[in-house]
Amino acid sequence: MSAPLLQLQNIVVEHARRSVLDVPCLDILPNEVLAIVGPNGAGKSTLLRIIGLLERPSRGKVLFAGRPISGNSLNFRRRMAFVFQEPLLLDTSIEGNVRTGLSLRGVPANDRQRRVEEWTTRFGIAGLRRRSARTLSGGEAQRTSLARAMVLEPEILLLDEPFSSLDAPTREALIDDLDAVLTSKRVATVFVTHDRAEALRLGDRIAVLMGGKVRQLGTAAEVFSSPVDSEVAAFVGVETIVPGRIREVSSGLASIIVGENTIEATTELPPGSDVLVCLRPEDVTVSGLADATLMSARNRLRVAVTRVRPAGPYVRMELDAGFNLVAHITKQSLEELALSPGANAIASFKATAVHLIPHRPG
Amino acid sequence: MDLIWDGVTEALRLIFSGNGYVYEVTFTSLLVSGSATLIALVLGLGIASFLAFRAPPGRTLALSAFNAGMALPPVAVGLLVSIMLWRTGPLGQLHLLYSRTAIVIAQAVIATPVVAALSTAALQGLNPNLRLQVLALGASRWQAALLLFREARLSLLAAAMAGFGAAISEVGATIMVGGNIKGSTRTLTSAIVLEVQQGDFETAIALSFILLAVILGIITLFTMLQQRRPPA
Repeated sequence: MSAPLLQLQNIVVEHARRSVLDVPCLDILPNEVLAIVGPNGAGKSTLLRIIGLLERPSRGKVLFAGRPISGNSLNFRRRMAFVFQEPLLLDTSIEGNVRTGLSLRGVPANDRQRRVEEWTTRFGIAGLRRRSARTLSGGEAQRTSLARAMVLEPEILLLDEPFSSLDAPTREALIDDLDAVLTSKRVATVFVTHDRAEALRLGDRIAVLMGGKVRQLGTAAEVFSSPVDSEVAAFVGVETIVPGRIREVSSGLASIIVGENTIEATTELPPGSDVLVCLRPEDVTVSGLADATLMSARNRLRVAVTRVRPAGPYVRMELDAGFNLVAHITKQSLEELALSPGANAIASFKATAVHLIPHRPG
Repeated sequence: MDLIWDGVTEALRLIFSGNGYVYEVTFTSLLVSGSATLIALVLGLGIASFLAFRAPPGRTLALSAFNAGMALPPVAVGLLVSIMLWRTGPLGQLHLLYSRTAIVIAQAVIATPVVAALSTAALQGLNPNLRLQVLALGASRWQAALLLFREARLSLLAAAMAGFGAAISEVGATIMVGGNIKGSTRTLTSAIVLEVQQGDFETAIALSFILLAVILGIITLFTMLQQRRPPA
């Protein structure tokens, strides 16, 4: 692993004597996109402002390329670029906005013009260069904001929920463009979002921030498949979280008692362990009672449908299996199965889809 | 009505006849009020930046003081500055009483709270994250302040106009600290008072029109600057 570009050490931020951020250690690696996810009020934006040297922590150190930052941080700030949730454009033209950071750094006019042309073109706003920033749509304004950041050729790009105020088609198009830029430039990026899909799409590593603490840090697969606790699990989209106890383990395959059911899962935990059984809704398959014998999944539970409601491209189905089990199925499947509340069905899922979190009851 | 019409006629005559006295008091007015406005702008913008961006403890109290300062009675300011500048006062050794500098000080004291209070409101009206964005673009503290002043230019220029208006229209403190000395500390406003006291209403009205014309001209310049499109 290459040396971290930026390190946070024992960072504590207190507002009115209340700790809002407590991060003992966090490294930002060269070329990586680190997505910081968490619910509202988790401290994500505060963390990003600390990384961007826009706010001083109450305690702790920030190191840039191994050098601790103290006193005047201007030279370090000039090696980073920040895009906020709102575009925060200055009252001038698009060109003037994109040029501002270069002018502040004293970049020569020729170089400045070349870079402005390059980045306004890459973000699809070259034709609007002379337009006043006041006349832009939300998408155009955020494109300007991104161009204004990337034109600085930063070593670290900091993005604070830059897509959250955009409509879905604009957001998708802009994420595509940003993804292409990040892939080609490989600039180290810290990307704050509360949208799991955005984090999955752009993030190489994901940090889950809750209550001001980094609760989990790992690859997208690690965080989304193996959350460390029930709160992280719930945040990353695990909708079934039920307590159980491992009855026996044989060749890594455990039988877990969950209410009156036995569920099989792969685990390294010993028999007798109390656990939380976690299941993502997309890993649960629902079928009619007659189709049960055709399934290869190790877990098959007879369930009663309790609630059905649309959830974006899917249908969210709540099932009573002696515990509340949630499944996402397609609208087409729902029509084929003709299931409605009160109907009986079979829910199945693979042993490998079950994630177990050690748990102390009570 | 005749008196006013005679005043207007006299004003035009004084201006176009190249009357040295009129030009001299106009020059003194512009010099002292321009200097006082400049000082008020420097101090007022500094105070406003500190209060708006640093949000120090006691900000509301300080703002209340500056807001109240907009209604400072000029005679009270004149008295206070006079006491400070008296030979036996704390600044008596500077020998500034009855000088143009003394008037500049008094007018600056009157104009600074106006500029500070209105500028603080202008800067507080900016999006709070804009300052962070400007710093994140790589601005030093000074560069950030200038960029934010540009963003708030409409309101800041209004504050500057209010400050200039407070300074040039001031008369009580000007006479108290300046002494209304011909050829030295006589301004348009103090000259008007003198002419009225002497019963020369025609000249007083003429000087009033000249004062209004000067104010209109300068405020028009400020307004043109204010309404100019931002540079690309």
